[in-house]
Amino acid sequence: MTTVAAPRLSRRISEGLFLTFCWVATGIAILALAAILWSLLSQGIGGLDLNIFTKSTPAPGSEGGLLNAILGSLMMCVVAMIGAVFIGVLAGTWLSEYARDSHYGKVVRFLNDVLLSAPSILVGLFVYTILVAPLKGFSGLAGSVALALLAAPVITRTTEDVLRLQPIALREASVALGAPVWRTILTVIWKAAQGGMLTGALLAFARISGETAPLLFTALNNQFLSLDLTKPTANLPVVIFNFALSAYDDWRRLAWAGALLIAATVLTVTIVARIIAREPRRS
Amino acid sequence: MTAAADVPSPTPTAPSRSAFGAAFDKGFEILCFSAATFLLAALGGIVVSLAIGGWPAFQTFGLNFFVSAEWDPVQEIYGAAGAVTGTLVTASLALLFALPLAFGIAIFLVELCPPLLRRPIGTAVELLAGIPSIVYGMWGLFVFAPWFAKHVQMPIMMSAEPGTLWEKITTGVPNGAGILSASIILAIMILPFIAATMRELLLTIPAQVRESAYGLGSTTFEVVRKVSIPYVRTGAIGAIMLGLGRALGETMAVTFIIGNAHGFPTSIFASGSTIASTIANEFAEATERLHAASLIALGLVLFLITFVVLALARLLIGRQANL
Repeated sequence: MTTVAAPRLSRRISEGLFLTFCWVATGIAILALAAILWSLLSQGIGGLDLNIFTKSTPAPGSEGGLLNAILGSLMMCVVAMIGAVFIGVLAGTWLSEYARDSHYGKVVRFLNDVLLSAPSILVGLFVYTILVAPLKGFSGLAGSVALALLAAPVITRTTEDVLRLQPIALREASVALGAPVWRTILTVIWKAAQGGMLTGALLAFARISGETAPLLFTALNNQFLSLDLTKPTANLPVVIFNFALSAYDDWRRLAWAGALLIAATVLTVTIVARIIAREPRRS
Repeated sequence: MTAAADVPSPTPTAPSRSAFGAAFDKGFEILCFSAATFLLAALGGIVVSLAIGGWPAFQTFGLNFFVSAEWDPVQEIYGAAGAVTGTLVTASLALLFALPLAFGIAIFLVELCPPLLRRPIGTAVELLAGIPSIVYGMWGLFVFAPWFAKHVQMPIMMSAEPGTLWEKITTGVPNGAGILSASIILAIMILPFIAATMRELLLTIPAQVRESAYGLGSTTFEVVRKVSIPYVRTGAIGAIMLGLGRALGETMAVTFIIGNAHGFPTSIFASGSTIASTIANEFAEATERLHAASLIALGLVLFLITFVVLALARLLIGRQANL
């Protein structure tokens, strides 16, 4: 078969086309990333002065910054992460240590994976109907709850994955020394898996810090600096959304600066998480 | 695994310390169990709250809610068909663009990439996945759309023969916003997710299998086509569905660039809307009860569509490998 000349040529051509295509596809992805980063830098860096961190969002035409939005976002993310880590770590532990092969465990694992990729705007609608509508008011706390619901499945998933990687001998050794199961988990298994669990938490944080859709009708927005999470709370994503679609140039400039801030945060956190998780790669 | 959980409580030779320890064992298990159940309850809560919140809309419009594309907040007539169509069309187009590219990237990273570049390129693809949706939206509207209008949309619209079907599906305002632009931005967004899953799947193929194919004299293309793809087929379909699920529910980027017009999309350059973009645009201002209910009902429709897609995706990927 291989002695025939013609197929050989066609094989070489199809091989060449295929390889070229793979290179080009990768090139397109890199190009898209570069284009987006370049736009962010070139449009956002100009607006990134000290005012951003010291002044609140302005009325059109006057000077201002993003202080209230940055603070609001930080507060909501921190509160959300506290809740999400609590739920996620315990749920992940249950899946890995108690329910590995049980039916209920399989159901939880499966539906958690669905929740993980469920549209974030639906989580916003859900929190609106259970918190905002009954309490008759938008609040930063409602925003935190929505963000926590988005982060918890990520943490659950990564926690289960890294706990499963811990050798059974580790558990047996601890229990053989007389430690109860809960102490084994807390002081031996969690300790051994802490790097991976931290990576999971960081990735979850990266995910929620840029989320906009679930905050549109939970945290809403607030023109003024406020540390009260029971009131509508300013946050970067919603401010960016409103300012970017406005007709005012200075608002748009702030939106670009905010977008640069968020993207820089998310990308840095992602890279840090990856470095912590650095595992020997298969080739 | 179960061994750790089934071990008997510590022997009574260490009574002072283990009395509480053993007693708390059950408590800790219940705590973990509750956290896991909480997640289930959250998912259940989403379905139930959307069903209850959307009920008035289903009650008022009945089946018409699903077949009518009329969306008129002034006269209070709401139909989901326009937004549902917009969602399905943009997500399918996005998948169509993203799929071959994602596949090429995965193959590149596994088979072709020089080892030195593997990590930087892998990281770059991951970063593409990490960029927040709203940044894609801004970039799409302010950078991509003007470029797209000038270099793609105008030439296509100018060259379309009048009266042909092609002319019909390419009419629109040449501002770069619309169904096709939204699909392209969506494609860039889901690209890294499909590529990453596909890459993980390709890495599960035992080296011997690929190497034997190479040993028989196959070219890379033949190995990929006849060995790799058949090996990961089930999981690859799951990866594709996962990407589709993301595209269906993506909100902010689409809201920026789709043009936000109600009704059936008429051409690839026309403005349209998706379920998510409609909710994002209108819900905060929906003061009329029926308007809000209709938006929540839309949300329920979106949830059901994505649930089916994501569930299928997880089943298929899970069958292939534990990813």
